[in-house]
Parts: sequence; C-alpha cells; structure tokens
Amino acid sequence: MKIVVAVKQIATLGDEVEFTDDERAVDPDFLDYALNDWDSFSTEEALQIRDRSGEGEVVVVSVGDEDAEEAMRRCLAMGADRGIRIWSDALDGADPITVARALAEVIRREGPDFVFAGVQSADSVQAATGVALAELLGLPRVAVVTKIELGDGKAVVDRELEGGIVDRTEVDVPALFTIQTGINEPRYATLRAIKQAEQKEIEVVEPSDLGEPAYRVRRMYVPEKGAGAEMLDGSAENVAQRIAEIVKERLK
Amino acid sequence: MSVLVITEHIRGEVRDITRELVTAAQDLDGPVAVAVIAKDPSALADAVNVSGVDEIVNVAVEQEEFENDVYAGVVEALAKEREPDVTLTGFTVNSMGFAPAVAARLGLGFASDVLSFRQDGDGLVAERSFYGAKVNAEVEFPGKAQVVLMLRATSWAPAEGSGNATVSDFQAPQIESRARHLEFVDVEQGDVDITTADFLLSVGRGIGEKENLAQFEELAEKMGGVLSVSRPIVDSGWVPNVRQVGQSGKTVKPKVYLALGISGAVQHLAGMKTSGTIIAVNTDAEAPIFNVAHYGAVADLFDVAEELEKLF
Ligand SMILES: Cc1cc2nc3c(=O)[nH]c(=O)nc-3n(C[C@H](O)[C@H](O)[C@H](O)COP(=O)(O)OP(=O)(O)OC[C@H]3O[C@@H](n4cnc5c(N)ncnc54)[C@H](O)[C@@H]3O)c2cc1C
Repeated sequence: MKIVVAVKQIATLGDEVEFTDDERAVDPDFLDYALNDWDSFSTEEALQIRDRSGEGEVVVVSVGDEDAEEAMRRCLAMGADRGIRIWSDALDGADPITVARALAEVIRREGPDFVFAGVQSADSVQAATGVALAELLGLPRVAVVTKIELGDGKAVVDRELEGGIVDRTEVDVPALFTIQTGINEPRYATLRAIKQAEQKEIEVVEPSDLGEPAYRVRRMYVPEKGAGAEMLDGSAENVAQRIAEIVKERLK
Repeated sequence: MSVLVITEHIRGEVRDITRELVTAAQDLDGPVAVAVIAKDPSALADAVNVSGVDEIVNVAVEQEEFENDVYAGVVEALAKEREPDVTLTGFTVNSMGFAPAVAARLGLGFASDVLSFRQDGDGLVAERSFYGAKVNAEVEFPGKAQVVLMLRATSWAPAEGSGNATVSDFQAPQIESRARHLEFVDVEQGDVDITTADFLLSVGRGIGEKENLAQFEELAEKMGGVLSVSRPIVDSGWVPNVRQVGQSGKTVKPKVYLALGISGAVQHLAGMKTSGTIIAVNTDAEAPIFNVAHYGAVADLFDVAEELEKLF
C-alpha cells in the first residue's frame, strides 16, 4: 500500500500587512507559516490505512521553497516515511492548476495506490489543487471526503455536502480523495518522533513543464470594510456590560 | 461575453446557487445559457427558466444524481463545442469535484471562491480573497479564450421571474463514471435545535481546550440562549454536529449571534451572516468576523466571558 499525500505549508497574516513593490503579493515579512489544517487530517488518514494494511509507505509531497520543509517534517514526525519537495521560482504564488501540474509529474512516477490532498488550504481557499491533480494523473476522485472504507478494487467513501448531508459514493481504485477536517483525530508527534523525522529523507525536485498559468494576480489590496462593526472599547468589564445591554435589549 | 451556467440539483430540486449564478451572469453582456445535466433535464427546466436566461441546454445522462466524472465529461464537451467565454459554477462541494478537473484538462483560465468579476477590455478580471480574507486580489487570465469561475454562494441574489429561454438538446458524450452515487445519508437530528434559538452564543477554536467548553454552555444558558460552535469544535469531537453553524452545518438567523473566538471563515459566515445582531469578540483586530459583525470587541474571550457571568 503506497499512499502519496500532497501537503502545503500555509501562510497566515496577523493584523498588519504590506505588499511587495509590484503589489502582486504580500510582503513575506508579514507572514507566519504553519502546516495546512486539512493536511494533518489527510496525513493521519494515510498513516492509519498504511498501518492497517500492515505494509507500505506514506510519501508526503509538497510544492514549496526550503521553508516548507518545516511543515513536511511535521508530517514525517507523525509517521510518514519520506518526503519530496518540488520547487522552482516560477511556482511562487502559482495558481492551483499550475501547482497540480508540478505535483502530477512527481506523483505519476511514484505510482501510488491512493493520493490524498486536503480539501483546501486555509490561506488560499481554492479547493482545486487535489481534483485538478486527479485529472492530470487520470485518477478517479472524490472531493470533501469524511470517511473511507476500502474494499476489493473499490472503495466506499462519504462525501459531505452542504448542510452536512452525506453522499455515499463507490469509487474505483486507485483514486484520489480530498480529505475534509474531522475525518479522524490527527496524532501529536512525540519529541522523539520529531527528532527522528529530522533524519528522514526529503528529496528536492525541480519541475520541468508547468504549462500556462490558469490565472495571474494583477494586484493585491486590503478589502474595503463596508460599514464595519461598531467597536466596543475599554476593559473586559466595559465590553461585557455593553454586550449584556445589547443582548437584553434585542431579546426583549 | 457568452456565459454558460452549470445547474446544480439534488433529489430532483434545483439548488439556489444556480439562480444566483444566473444573476451573476448579468454582470457580463451575454448571452446566458444554462446547462441542465440530469436523467430527465426537462423536469428541471421550469426551475431554471428565470429572468436573464437566454437558452436552456438539456443534457440527458444516465445518472439521476451528481457524479463528478459525468459532470466533467459533459462540461468538457460543452466547452469544446460551444466555446463559452465564461463557464460559471458555484463554489460548492459538487463543483469542487469537477470544475478544477475540466480547467486542468483543457488548460482553461480558472479561479474559485470568486466574489466578483467583470469584463476588462478583451479579458476578464475576477476578485477573490487570500490569507483568511484579510487580503483581496484581482486575478486575470492572460491568453485564455475560456475561463471557468466558481462563484461564492449567497453573494448574488437568486434570479427570479419567469424567463422565455429557448430550449436545446446537447448529446452527452460516452462517459465511464468511476465514482458512483450510492445513497444519501441525512444528518441525525439531535436534542437541540440551534435554528430556532433567539440567542446563540457561539464558540470557535479560540476557546482552546475541551475543558473550557462547559463554562460556555453554562454561560449560554444563563444568558437565555443556546450554545453553537464552529466546525473545528465538532471536528475535535467535543460536541455533536447538530450544534455546528456554517456551510456544512446549520444556517441560523437568531436575533443575536455572539461569536467568541471565531475567525469568520467563508464557510462559517455562510451559516450566520444574516443574523439580526452579530457581536464578535476576537483578539485579532483584523479577523474577518468583524466585517459582518454589528458590534465588535478586540478582547480576550475568557476575560469577557468572566465578566458576562456576573451580569446574568
Ligand atoms: C467544504 C467545507 C465546509 C465547511 N463547513 C464549515 C461549517 O459549516 N462551519 C464552520 O464553522 N466551518 C466550516 N468549514 C471550516 C472553515 O473553513 C474554517 O476552518 C472554520 O470555520 C474555522 O473555525 P474557527 O473560526 O473556530 O477557527 P479559526 O479560524 O482558527 O479562528 C479562531 C479565532 O479565535 C481567535 N482567538 C484565539 N484565542 C482567542 C482568545 N483567547 N480570545 C478571543 N479570540 C481568540 C483567533 O484570533 C481566531 O480568529 C468548512 C470548510 C470546508 C472546506
């Protein structure tokens, strides 16, 4: 059983932001980094399937610069076997289909039984990379999966729709699933595992053909706030008093 | 610019998003065609024959319900033969299963969770958010004759009225569906119904630990309301999903919605943004929840909760 998991190091903004001179991106000095939430669930799911099958390998693949290895090391510390990092400067701020092309080239070569990706990344919310990747790999796919049961030559998965309705779906395998949060309880890596993960291999690959981008960012900006909220200032006591007044008044 | 809208339907009902897409399509100069991919498309025709639709394209397929290979195959064939300048889908779970695939296969322009779009010279410009909705971007599609846009739900009002669209048939290609619908499983009804409460005290990941949850459930009750939560609280298994507000949970519209430690992600806002009065407490002054809130406080939720305890 070989499972490839596509993971991403996401970037988060605090309460301040500045843009690069061409205004096409956020100045990296204002960003913090973390493993995408969805990807700890997809990694966990892959590890559980590997361990139940008793053999095989979980390979984490990521598109990112050297800093992204921190997120990959977290997956390796959870128990993934090895990593492949894909990078070239052309991938900086790339659209999800370009990212999928970069991933496809490497994953095709691995010939996995399953490919997992997160439903979306918290910093870009495109929900597109995984399904585009499946298409490029020629794999059946299901998006937004909350349960996986493996059978012979088939899998039955739950796909969670709006309102929480589940669409139970039978899928031919090999297949790609985009994994939704809550599908499992991602494990915490022990200190020992974190140390050991430093020894695990991360191969670095440069993509050969990225094709034409699906979009190009023209400019980034801080959105208008609209009317905005009336801000309640002062101590926690003052804030609570105002909230209590508003609640009591509105519930009259 | 010609527009092709892909209809979304489930259990024989056209979903609201489709009529929202029709409204959005009016932002371009048209014409607007609506494709209905179903076992019996004509049964859904009335629901999509709304004001602003020029043509309804019926595509009969074997499957009653959505299957991603079927939609990908049909939309790909439509893109090749009809060459719409812009194809619109919702930013919905179904469309996540095929729209990116079609764009990847045909090398089309693509953007998802789109908030607005417009024609700009010969090209198209779409607006979407990045970094937890703290930054917006305009994206363009250089060199792309066709663009697929997945639009955010409830951003346009659903089109109404009855239209007088012409109806045509489109022959679906041969498609092998590799991911097949078996059955729908509905959400179990719990013993609480957050959709009928006048006051919801809603907590998110900001509460940190499971141990902290009980205090907010008590506070909610003390204040005369009901506890609801964001998705991560359900994902962690701390409360059942009947209390979840948002796209994959419940849509609520209480008189007052008090959000403690909830950032205001799109999928959360989808479930509560029409509440009567929204009050948000968050330590992050730039949290997007403040964009929909009527009242906001940049404060630690535990400090505010402690003070609220004393007032009820
Ligand atoms: C298909 C799909 C469906 C989804 N459906 C839903 C849904 O139905 N409902 C839903 O909620 N989400 C849903 N999500 C998930 C959604 O994208 C977000 O991940 C989620 O809403 C984030 O929850 P949160 O705001 O509690 O957590 P976070 O985004 O982590 O925010 C926590 C907030 O707490 C603040 N905070 C931290 N500590 C404190 C403190 N001491 N005092 C005050 N503030 C503090 C932080 O500043 C932050 O803003 C869905 C996602 C997908 C892909």
